[in-house]
Amino acid sequence: MSTQNGTQTKSDKHTLSVVVKYNLNALSRIIGIFSSKGFEIDSISFGSGKESGQARITITTHGDEQIIEQITKQLHKIIDVVTVTDLTYDSFVERELALVKVKADSAARSEIMQITQVFRAKVIDISPDRLAIEITGNADKINAFIGMVRPFGIIELARTGSVALKREFEGDV
Amino acid sequence: MKNAKAHKFDDEKNQQPAPTTKKLTGAGILINTLQDLDVDTIFGYPGGAVLPLYDELYDKHDINHVLIKHEQAGTHAADGYARATGKPGVVVVTSGPGGTNTVTGIATAAMDSIPLVVFTGQVPTDMIGNDAFQEADIVGITRPITKHNYLVKDVEELEQVTREAFHVATSGRPGPVLVDLPKDMLKSEGHYSGLHKVSIPSYNPTKEGHSTQIKKASKMLSEAEKPLIYAGGGVVLGEAWDELTAMAERHNIPVTTTLMGLGGFPESKPQSLGMLGMHGTYYANMATTECDVLLAVGARFDDRVTGNLEGFSPHSKKIHIDIDPTNIGKNVEVEIPIVGDVKQVLPEIDKQVETPETNDWWQTIENWKEEHPLKVPKSEDTIKPQHMVEAISEVTNGEAIVVTDVGQHQMWAAQHYTFNHPRSFLSSGGLGTMGYGFPAAMGAAFGCPDRPVVCITGDGGFQMTAYELATAVEYEVPLKIAIMNNECLGMVRQWQELFYDERYSHSILKKSNPDFVKLAESYGAAAFRATNGKEMNEVLNRAMAINDRPVVMDFRVEAMENCYPMVPAGAALNEMVLEDE
Ligand SMILES: Cc1ncc(C[n+]2csc(CCOP(=O)(O)OP(=O)(O)O)c2C)c(N)n1
Repeated sequence: MSTQNGTQTKSDKHTLSVVVKYNLNALSRIIGIFSSKGFEIDSISFGSGKESGQARITITTHGDEQIIEQITKQLHKIIDVVTVTDLTYDSFVERELALVKVKADSAARSEIMQITQVFRAKVIDISPDRLAIEITGNADKINAFIGMVRPFGIIELARTGSVALKREFEGDV
Repeated sequence: MKNAKAHKFDDEKNQQPAPTTKKLTGAGILINTLQDLDVDTIFGYPGGAVLPLYDELYDKHDINHVLIKHEQAGTHAADGYARATGKPGVVVVTSGPGGTNTVTGIATAAMDSIPLVVFTGQVPTDMIGNDAFQEADIVGITRPITKHNYLVKDVEELEQVTREAFHVATSGRPGPVLVDLPKDMLKSEGHYSGLHKVSIPSYNPTKEGHSTQIKKASKMLSEAEKPLIYAGGGVVLGEAWDELTAMAERHNIPVTTTLMGLGGFPESKPQSLGMLGMHGTYYANMATTECDVLLAVGARFDDRVTGNLEGFSPHSKKIHIDIDPTNIGKNVEVEIPIVGDVKQVLPEIDKQVETPETNDWWQTIENWKEEHPLKVPKSEDTIKPQHMVEAISEVTNGEAIVVTDVGQHQMWAAQHYTFNHPRSFLSSGGLGTMGYGFPAAMGAAFGCPDRPVVCITGDGGFQMTAYELATAVEYEVPLKIAIMNNECLGMVRQWQELFYDERYSHSILKKSNPDFVKLAESYGAAAFRATNGKEMNEVLNRAMAINDRPVVMDFRVEAMENCYPMVPAGAALNEMVLEDE
């Protein structure tokens, strides 16, 4: 969390948690707000929520205070949206999962495995000239990891986008 | 004012005796629900996908189905009906092209927050997605222009969805709602409960304003030296005209209205400054620029109102009351935002305000009024467009429902008709839809049969939906259509004259216009032409006496007249141009 209430700089990152009555029309409306009003989505993730009838969508976006306020209000205005929470002002836990396939011949392999260990990531597939690695963490951590392995050559990369929940207790767990 | 009473579906949430559940076809469920919701008029057009519904309508006589001639006009008619009565407008059309033809009307209603419920037919559920005959993804197409929309996938949901649609359309900030009905949903059987209850847990518009904010606003107004109320369409939609009038009169605060707010405050009151904005009065725009406290009521700081934002009311502290939180702080920063229903918030402020001392301020305003009043030029042997509007205002005693199209005539109508009643100026403000005026006027006439309805339109815009003359004749609608015929697309021509070196590119209609009198007569309407002031008055008097069919009046006005005052694009409100150089 890089910001605190009231002391924001220009284009801050915000993590919004949106609970919506599950249906595809509602999901389209949520995306539609961003495209039609010119807001940006840095990442978005949601589970189907078909069973409970509700889906939780996590959106990370950025903008100044006025833009974020408009985004929040516009989302809220969608009839099927139940709650919109800007987690940025709360203490929250945020995780993203990435799968990274890296070029790794025998010369590079041990160095990549070391980096993987430092980041508490996991090797999930191995072949003579490549490694597939799974990493979870907040977006910064994943960006840092990708920065470290990029020089070896990234073959494929899949990221889930952030999911987030408000913390119940202050302090790290 | 008869028939122009509002109808709030909120009130219907009351308890009912235990329902008797009946089994009906979907079409039957829909008609029963509509009757239960007090729908008296439907504007519609049949087709394959809605045949089961039309079959059900065949022997229902307490719902008046108006067969319009094009679905765009149908949505405009429903919109006019809604604006004039305060009740939601209802439209029924078929799938595919029936649905796509409603798009302009729905977008028009959305921009001006008008409650509509549009039912579209759809191909049967098992054919959706197959590019079936007359299939269009109308839910997808209308998603950005509806407040909410539904695809009914289970006949057991049809009644509840219909009730929800009316509730959503009419509550909070009103707006259009679309319900897409696959043909099998209309044919298969389901249960009809008759239960009035609507509950949408995720939808609860705020009504009461925050009491601390109201207190702060009242204090700010009490301490103002140059206060101004800027009233928008929300005053009309929220039916807060009495509350606004009471407050402005009691505290002697000047009021300017937007185009959509016209009629929300009587223009005959001394506190009225008329309309502000691009074609607003000199004194309204000057007062907006010079005031020290600006109270915005149900308005949204549209760019046609504010002009250049940097020069907009630069010295004022701003209070903004609106039911839609997204309107607040969107274009202009305000000191005191109040989210709530204007009808509930205004009386609270009224009660708490101590009448500010405004004698000097009024003196300044009176000086502006004297310096540059609105001018109505007159001429013996031609018709000046401003004079035409004034004559209509006089012949109707300011009591008509005036419906306009879009262009110069719209602005002149807004400026020169004296509006003293709410729901009496209907115009496409937000989307600026040419073709809106005539069908909307027809819808208003269906909703308010006891009030005179005059459509002031352009020779360009009238031709976009003139085919509805057939409908108006069939239903004997005694509507007066006054064409301000300047043989050009006047507003476009004006901009070309002022900003494009008089290069009148594709804006002159002289060669292509039909003979409007013959055109109207061929439909069976009455029709007259006037070319000078004397003829104009005669035609108006004859027209007002006709009560069994529509009357078309072809008024040949001076073609080169420009609409002033005018704030050029990009200029500030106080930089308006007052007359031809
Ligand atoms: C559907 C649509 N197309 C184009 C325009 C752009 N437009 C705005 S005003 C205008 C001219 C209208 O001419 P007319 O109906 O003759 O009215 P006048 O301005 O002459 O009073 C045009 C073309 C519009 N508002 N709506």
